[in-house]
Formats: sequence, structure tokens, C-alpha cells
Amino acid sequence: MAAVDVQNLVKDYRTVRAVDGVSFHVEEGEIFGLIGPNGAGKTTLLRIISTLLRITAGQVTVFGHDVAEEAHRVRRVISYLPEDAGAYRNLTGRSYLQFMARFFDGSGDMVERGLAIADLGERIDDKVEQYSKGMTRRLLVARALMVEPRLAILDEPTSGLDVINAREIRDIVKKTVRQGTTVLLSSHNMLEVEHLCQRIALINEGVIVESGSPPALKEKYGVETIEDVFTEVVQ
Amino acid sequence: MNHFANLVRKEVRELLTPATLVPILVMALIFGGMGNVIGGATEEAEKQPTIGLVNHDSGELGQLAVQVMAAQADIVYNQTGEPVAAGIAAVKAEGGAALLVIPANFSSNIMSNVSGRISIYWIMEGAGLMDSISSGAVQSMVQSVEYAISHRVIEQGDVNASFALSPLATHQTTYFKGREMAGISPGDVGAVLAQQSTVVPIIMMIIVIMAGGMVISSMGMEKENKTLETLLTLPVRRGSIVAGKIAGAALVGLVMAVIYMLGFSYYFSSFQVSGEVDLAAYGLTLTTRDYLLIGVSLFLALTAALSLCMVLGTFAKSYKSAQTLTVPISVLALIPMFLIMFRDFATLSRPLQAVLFAIPFSHPMMAMRALLFDDYGLVLAGIAYVALFALAMMALAVWIFRTDRLLTGSLRWPRRG
Repeated sequence: MAAVDVQNLVKDYRTVRAVDGVSFHVEEGEIFGLIGPNGAGKTTLLRIISTLLRITAGQVTVFGHDVAEEAHRVRRVISYLPEDAGAYRNLTGRSYLQFMARFFDGSGDMVERGLAIADLGERIDDKVEQYSKGMTRRLLVARALMVEPRLAILDEPTSGLDVINAREIRDIVKKTVRQGTTVLLSSHNMLEVEHLCQRIALINEGVIVESGSPPALKEKYGVETIEDVFTEVVQ
Repeated sequence: MNHFANLVRKEVRELLTPATLVPILVMALIFGGMGNVIGGATEEAEKQPTIGLVNHDSGELGQLAVQVMAAQADIVYNQTGEPVAAGIAAVKAEGGAALLVIPANFSSNIMSNVSGRISIYWIMEGAGLMDSISSGAVQSMVQSVEYAISHRVIEQGDVNASFALSPLATHQTTYFKGREMAGISPGDVGAVLAQQSTVVPIIMMIIVIMAGGMVISSMGMEKENKTLETLLTLPVRRGSIVAGKIAGAALVGLVMAVIYMLGFSYYFSSFQVSGEVDLAAYGLTLTTRDYLLIGVSLFLALTAALSLCMVLGTFAKSYKSAQTLTVPISVLALIPMFLIMFRDFATLSRPLQAVLFAIPFSHPMMAMRALLFDDYGLVLAGIAYVALFALAMMALAVWIFRTDRLLTGSLRWPRRG
């Protein structure tokens, strides 16, 4: 069974078509990347799969559950990290993770996993409002992955992080996949996606213009980077 | 364009949005409507009171009293020997304020240094401040009668000088909502009812404004702090999110209201006066069942208010815009409070009755007074209406949470699910 199956997906915002007939699937246990420039439709796609936005046309299933018909079942197996997410500013980092854990099994193990992923040291007991952007992002990644979801949907997971922190997060994502989680992520950092994902889809103006494994795509277009592939495809 | 003008233009464009304008326009329209109510009362105050008169006295002073009354009031019933009950019924049918009865010994008593006693049978229609305008005019007319009689007896020089200054006595009986209350005037009844029924409107207003503002602000903060998207993808039913936010705000609002009320109770206690009318002596008391009904009405109105706030909160884009959205809620809480203070529900015009009934916060405010007079119909109808209103608002809030509106700002019927 595919972790995610998207068929002829269309999403309109009033008169603007943000996603135009997109189809792709994500295999269970892989890291699948959506690559594209800002405004390409990546976030809209991820929000639809996360049950946040309604579908104009087409169908999306997550582990066999229709996101429109069985939204609550889908929410039980996913964990979504929005690109510009925030945390409750009056809570400490630890309280935030505990609060989120209570929506799942609420176990101490889950919180411990979150604390380990966040790796904020003593600052975990400071209020979120005192965190830097990078610290907040680490906390949010920890929140998304500590629940060990069947599908983690990560929108620009390393957004706002410095090189060291970004690398650590990528390592955490890889480790999470080894433990059985499927990851669907988006990024406009093509180098990051190239090194992290088994398969990718290039999206531009709401349409998937190419998809496949990074090595296969580079070979197909005879170029050295995914950035070059994207340029070739779009031009 | 210079820098100043450029900045002013930017500020105006940011601040003058439909979200800021609409509540102010609504408020202006509502206050305009309330102005009409007060304006109508002013016209009423300028009109002559409508009264009935039964004069059993054929003496000179009785005739003088009738002359003064005829000059200052519109007498719709003027008989000499009819029973009081028939007079009251006739005056009530004409929309009059009172029936005045002058006894047969009126003139002779006064000439013998005994107070001339006029019996006033008040027909009270409402307990609001403006409902007692006509009774005030009648009281003023009785004072004129007394002045005229004083003048006459002083001219004649037949009575005690100090008695001549105050030759009248009145006995007042008030008929209100089917009850006969002997010995008190509509002003007395209105004053005690106003004092007793001020607490619930103030509690209601404070809770609605405080807790309602919190619900709206909570939605504004979720959007501003970018926490809403995460919340909406958690395995939590939309109904639970809506109910959780409402319950949380209600709890905090209640705590704040209790703190406020502690202060208010000291404030009100400073106005307590001894010797005020005891309504219990007239059978006007609340039973345990009445208090239970007031509690149910209060709880449902609070739920309705917070559900309405939740719907409004979905329009909040940030904490700042949420503050603007609390304005209509505050106005909706103030309207019934002022209307009930000035007018009784029964004496309002039909359109204003409809407005008052439609505002869910009105019902607990009206409940105490209605229950004192066993008007269960209004209270039970109000409870049923507010329960339906609360359910409708909660359903609307849950429905909005299932649409794209919270994230995209547009509202469309979901295609499925």
C-alpha cells in the first residue's frame, strides 16, 4: 500500500489554480521530496495531504484513507510540520512537548524522544517566547517526530536553521525513517533534497514537471545537480 | 508625496478595513435605534397623563380638585358613584396611568383640619425608568391639586395654618402584571426591581465582554503565532477544539467575573437604604426553581455568546484585528442592559421586543424580573431560543473549522466530508 496516493489533484483559491492535475505517490518507508520555487504549490499540496485544505477535484489517500472522507483517521497517522509554524509562547519547551504528547498516548517516552530530538539543553525549560528562530524550529521538528507517525509531512524542515542545525535535523529525519516513518517533505533547497530523498517530484506553477530518483533524473538530463535538472525541465 | 502623507496613507489603509468599519456602523445603527426609544419617552413625558376619576364629593374642594385635574390630565373616565373595579378596567382599556378616587368627605374633612384623602390606583405597565414617566406626571398633578386647595383654604382662613400647607393625603395601590400591591407607588416598585435586577445584567455583560474577548483573541493569537495549522492536524475532533476553546474562555471569564463582582457587591452595598419596600410582602419572591431557571438561562446565554465569539474569531487575522471584533459583542451585551433599564419588555414596541428577544444575552437579564411575576412563558421561550442559538453557533463554528476559511480567509461550502 502506498503511504500517499495523489490522483489528478486540483486546488483552486477563488480564481487562482494553485494545483493543477497533480498525480504522484509516496512509497511506505521512503523519503519523498517535493521541489520547486516559492509559490509553486508545494505548501498547498502538503496542506491538502494534512487535511487542512479541501480538494477542488481529484483524490488523495494516506495509507488508504481518503483525506476528504476520513480526515480524522488520516490525522491519526500523520504529523505535519508547517513551514512557518510557531509554538505557544507562554509555554516552556518541555511543557509544549508534554501538551502535544497528550493528544497521542501522552507517554513519558514520547516526551523523552521529543526532548532528545530538540536537544535544547537547559533552555528546554525556558519559555518559547525566549527562543531564537532556530531553537523554535528544533522544538517544532521534535514535536512532529516524537510521536513516531506513520507519515511525517515536513514543509521546509530546515527553514531558518544554520548549517550545523540543518545537518542535525537531516540526520534526525533519516534516523526516523529507519525506525519506520515515511517522510514527505518539501524544500526549495534542491541540494538538501538531493542528498536526503530517495525520490523527488519537481513542481512548478502547480504542475509536477518531472519525478524520479535524483541519480536517475540527473542521468536522464545529463546534468550534475538537481538544480540543473529543474532548470532544464522548466526552460 | 511627502513622507508624512505616505505614512498617513499607509496607516489609514491598514486601519480602515471592513473588519474595523462594520462593527462601528452596526453600533451607530443600534444606538440610533435606541435614541428613538428615548426620544419617544421624551415625547411621552411632555404629554398630559391619561387618568380616570371617580369623585364622590359634591363639596367645593372636591370640585376644585376635579378642575385642576381636568386642566392637567386627559380624563378618560369620569364618574361619581361607580365602583373602583369598573373604573380601573375602563382606565386600563384606555391605556391610562391611574384611577383617582375622591371620597365623599373630602371637602368636609379638609375644612375640619383632617387630611383630604385621595386614593390612587396605579396601572403599571412596566418597571423600566421610562415606564414610570406617566406616573410621575400624575404625582405632579396631585401636587398641583394640593397647591390649589392650600391656596383656597388659606384664602378662606378657616383651617390651621400649618395644615393648610399640606391638606392632602394619598393612598396608593399599584396593579402590575396581575398583582395588587397596596400602599406603594409604581416608583417604589420600579426602584426595588431595578436594584434587584441590576446584578444579573452586569454579571452577564462582564462575562460576555471578558470571556468573549478571550475566545476571539485566542483565535487571533493562534493565527498570529502560527500555531493553528499544527493544532488542526492533530488527531482531535473539530468539535473538541471549538468546545475546548469555549470552555477554557468560559472558566477564565467566570473567574474574572467573580473578581469583578466582589468589587461590585461592595459598590452596591454602599447604596442600600433602610426602609425600602419589601417585595416579599407582596408575594414577589423567587423560588429555588426560579433561581435554577436563571442559572440555566445564564449558562446557555454564556455558551451562546462564546459560540458567537468563536465564529467571529475565525475572522480574526491577528491579535490586533481580534480586538476590533470584540466591539460588536460588547455592544450586543450593552443594548439589552440599557433597554431593560429604561423599558420593560412588555412596554417596548414590537420591533424592539424582537431585537431584545433575538439578542441571546437579553434573556438572563430579563429572567429575574419575569420570574418575580411568574412570567414563565417569556423565560422558557428565552431558554429554548438561546439553546437553539448556541447550538446553531457551535455548529457554524465547527463547520467553519472544517472549511479552508481559517487558513485562506475564504468561505466555501466543503465539497465532501
